[in-house]
Amino acid sequence: MQIDVEHIARLARLGLTGEEKKLYGCQLARILEHAETLQKLNTDQVPPLTHTLPLKNVLREDKVIPFENTADIVNNAPVEEGQMFKVPKILE
Amino acid sequence: MNTKTAHELHSLLAAKKVSSVELTESVFERIEKVEDRVRAYVTLTKEKALQAARKADEKVKKGETLSPLEGIPIALKDNLCTKGTLTTCSSKILANYIPPYNATIIEKLQKIGAVPTGKTNLDEFAMGSSTENSGFHPTHNPWDLNRVPGGSSGGSAAAVAADECILALGSDTGGSIRQPAAFCGVVGLKPTYGRVSRYGLVAFASSLDQIGPLTKDVTDCAILLNAISGHDPKDSTSADLPVPDHRKALVNDAKRFRLGLITELTGKGIDEQVVKAVREAARKLESLGAIVEEVSLPTFEYAVAAYYLIAPAEASSNLARYDGVKYGHRSQEGSDLINMYYNTRREGFGPEVKRRIMLGTYALSAGYYDAYYLKALKVRQLIKEDFDKAFQRFDVLLSPTAPSVSFKIGEKTADPLSMYLSDIATIPVNLAGLPAISLPCGFAEDLPIGLQLIGEAFAEEKLLQVAYTYEQNTEWHKRKPGL
Amino acid sequence: MKYETVIGLEIHAQLLTESKMFCSCSTRFGAKPNTNICPVCTGQPGVLPVVNKKAIELAIKSALALNCRIEHRSVFARKNYFYPDLPKNFQISQFELPLATKGYLDLKLNGGKKRIGITRVHLEEDAGKLVHKGAARIMGATESLVDYNRTGTPLMEIVSEPDLRSPQEAKLFMEALQHLLQFIGVCDAKMEEGSLRCDANISIRPAGQIKFGVKTEVKNMNSFKAVEKALLAEEKRHREVLTEGGTILQETRFFDDITDTTTGMRSKEYSHDYRYFPEPDLVPVMPGQNWIEGIKKGIGELPEHKSERFKKDLELSAADAEFLISSPALALFFEECLKLYPKAKILANWIMGDLTAYLNANNLTIEKVDLSPAALTDMLKEIDKGTISGKIAKTILTEMLKTGKTVKDIIKEQGLTQISDEGALLKIAEEVIKNNPKQVEEYKAGKHTLIMFLVGQVMKLSKGRAQPEAVQKLLREKLI
Repeated sequence: MQIDVEHIARLARLGLTGEEKKLYGCQLARILEHAETLQKLNTDQVPPLTHTLPLKNVLREDKVIPFENTADIVNNAPVEEGQMFKVPKILE
Repeated sequence: MNTKTAHELHSLLAAKKVSSVELTESVFERIEKVEDRVRAYVTLTKEKALQAARKADEKVKKGETLSPLEGIPIALKDNLCTKGTLTTCSSKILANYIPPYNATIIEKLQKIGAVPTGKTNLDEFAMGSSTENSGFHPTHNPWDLNRVPGGSSGGSAAAVAADECILALGSDTGGSIRQPAAFCGVVGLKPTYGRVSRYGLVAFASSLDQIGPLTKDVTDCAILLNAISGHDPKDSTSADLPVPDHRKALVNDAKRFRLGLITELTGKGIDEQVVKAVREAARKLESLGAIVEEVSLPTFEYAVAAYYLIAPAEASSNLARYDGVKYGHRSQEGSDLINMYYNTRREGFGPEVKRRIMLGTYALSAGYYDAYYLKALKVRQLIKEDFDKAFQRFDVLLSPTAPSVSFKIGEKTADPLSMYLSDIATIPVNLAGLPAISLPCGFAEDLPIGLQLIGEAFAEEKLLQVAYTYEQNTEWHKRKPGL
Repeated sequence: MKYETVIGLEIHAQLLTESKMFCSCSTRFGAKPNTNICPVCTGQPGVLPVVNKKAIELAIKSALALNCRIEHRSVFARKNYFYPDLPKNFQISQFELPLATKGYLDLKLNGGKKRIGITRVHLEEDAGKLVHKGAARIMGATESLVDYNRTGTPLMEIVSEPDLRSPQEAKLFMEALQHLLQFIGVCDAKMEEGSLRCDANISIRPAGQIKFGVKTEVKNMNSFKAVEKALLAEEKRHREVLTEGGTILQETRFFDDITDTTTGMRSKEYSHDYRYFPEPDLVPVMPGQNWIEGIKKGIGELPEHKSERFKKDLELSAADAEFLISSPALALFFEECLKLYPKAKILANWIMGDLTAYLNANNLTIEKVDLSPAALTDMLKEIDKGTISGKIAKTILTEMLKTGKTVKDIIKEQGLTQISDEGALLKIAEEVIKNNPKQVEEYKAGKHTLIMFLVGQVMKLSKGRAQPEAVQKLLREKLI
């Protein structure tokens, strides 16, 4: 089984070394081979189980409740300027 | 003092035989004595602990009644957000993160006056079964310091076993409370999905995660479960159901409980000694009046495969937020945004986390979603149906918690797949959202063996009653590691 | 070669809720950066979303107004991609099971109607705002700053079927949609303010061909005019490429409103794999018939129905009807006035004429002026009674709008009561006859049109208070 490790790493924004790419490629292949066992089960008429608790319509009233410690959130910024979160150049 | 249980200490505090400050000091003395060998903690919060202890003592002085956990030292897994205190998830990417808010259960514990001793070690972002994946240091099993305490709540389990706290909170996604409880000879319970609020629990796999107690005995487990259970409007997946007083279930009577011993978990792949201990436990319960039969849940064979597609898929999305923009670690390398992302996550995440993010991203990616993620969700439905069928005949299901006793540090790190397969007994429970408890049922080479009891949704009371009955008629829980 | 243009639009409308889609932060515009934030909308570790009920209601309301089917079960999904204005690096949206499907909006086109299909309506959360440094826009910026105030604002996405056949139709569609959304009160719908946004998909095919041509996506259109210009430019480009024998590359193109052209954004990051999956932190929305019926009742009459009713029942012209429904507030005002004063045409004239003139001259809207339906209709009743003339009423109206005083007060204060008393009018008439012997002569000689001049003189002398019809009658009698 061949996995396009480069492509997956890019989608996940994970920087990997050449070594890591090889290692993960192998390990993932092994794990996914084990996952292939699922194909043995016939699930044609089976609905996917996304939530184990059959809840629905959990809704909140449209009321404003301001959060008091907004300063704490901004202070956690690795790089901050003018009360905003600074990031490096977005486009190449 | 630090060797006692919360319920014993509550009586002593109320009777003014001991003060909370004395108790807290005693716990911290113990920590000082053994922590450099056990390494259960990431952060200690002695000041906050003494503050809370003093408050509790004030109340006693004034003649006010204490709530069951008031003045009692509790350790908190480091993936629970504690406002103003470092919350790292044992990851380098959050090594400097101080949350601006408290998790709902933390608010609850603060209100009832529990004494927070500190934040305990875990496998990074709760991904692992040995706490070896911690981004900082491994935790050592108090029963044998060369062995793992289990994971991912290894720090909490070890702290309870070593009396470095009176009780603790952990989280369980695929067995992360129960398996370390088994390895450390303590009681660990994963509540029904939705029983306890997840608001403030750093998400690993949203549809599987639950917070739960790790305690020295079943009584303490019921007490802590009472304290943390309940609906939370901040968590859309929390159940809006009344919470029973779980202490009422602590009745020494297992008569006419129908117990199903799971065939798939007492055969191939499980250590002989573990199977032996579990069968003996089943016989013990029979002698106490329970009806025990074998039951087969054939889809268990597929549980690990389904879990290792669903959990990493959700995790890959949940962990996308760790990108160096808003909080936590930001790489110094990289002159543009995309390289900042790559380098921050490369530097901040450990190998297991990276592996699971990759696995999850793959399972959700275009062209593979149907074959992997969607397929796994369908198998999940089949596993739940197996449980539903079994519960038509039985009140509680029995199995070993783990296929072996604790293994040596470093023994399983080379092969991730074999580590994953060791979660075979605990994973199906999370997939179905059911409650389960692990309690000590024996020893093999002086290492604890755990018995797992699985119940129907919101039937924690039945679990606690069977567990309590077993505990009251055995002595396993009285043994302590010779630390 | 004759080509047919095919256009589909993807619209985002910011819903008028007090709080955000998944948390209780305020949605109010204009706050200082990063002040309308909380752990949830900034993607802190451990937080969870909770759905805003009002957002669901407004979206269902919109979907019903667009004749959609409200799905009995809809599910939120994660759309995964990395960008600094997206704190969780995924957007909670809807994918396979949206809130509503299969609706339509009728456009008034060429004297008739054209039905444009609506594929789906769904809910999602807005992203934050980026401020770029080192350049005016993102191209060439050296750093960027992120403000999360807007993150989490409820957005309603409306997708049209590719039923539009020209850039003009696309513009008309946007205008009609804006009108509708404003009318039912779900959205401010102002493109310049960003509360209504749209992206377009455009392709062309040889006339008569059934298969669609290769489409391109067009982004960055910030006004109705821009929508038309961008699509005209892109349509032209498609034509040129195909005429020269080339093929259209499927890509995203950004509209530049300075050069009126589109540029391709060919970046390797651009092939998005959003890895949609159902949001595990949220449970399905199943609206139920009772709730939907309640919302439907709350919509009231849609603008096109109102317009029809004005034409049929009130016998107003099409132009009058269209004008009166141009804003929901205006329509409401008109109808409230109608309850107190049933002469629809007179009422309409006053509203469309003098009232609107005043509003336009002072840059106001009907919501902003202190004129109640009772105030306006009282004035009209006074005209009917003969207390004041129509001419005087114009000045009275302006005074009412300026000061908020009632018509009775103004008449009293300024002594503007119409003079209809014969004796008083006679006096003024005689004065005018005395002062204008030439015109009187000519009138008596047969130039009967001069009566209007004489009436005018009486009006002038009486400072407009004389009742013109009575004056005319009197003069005629006197000058026989």
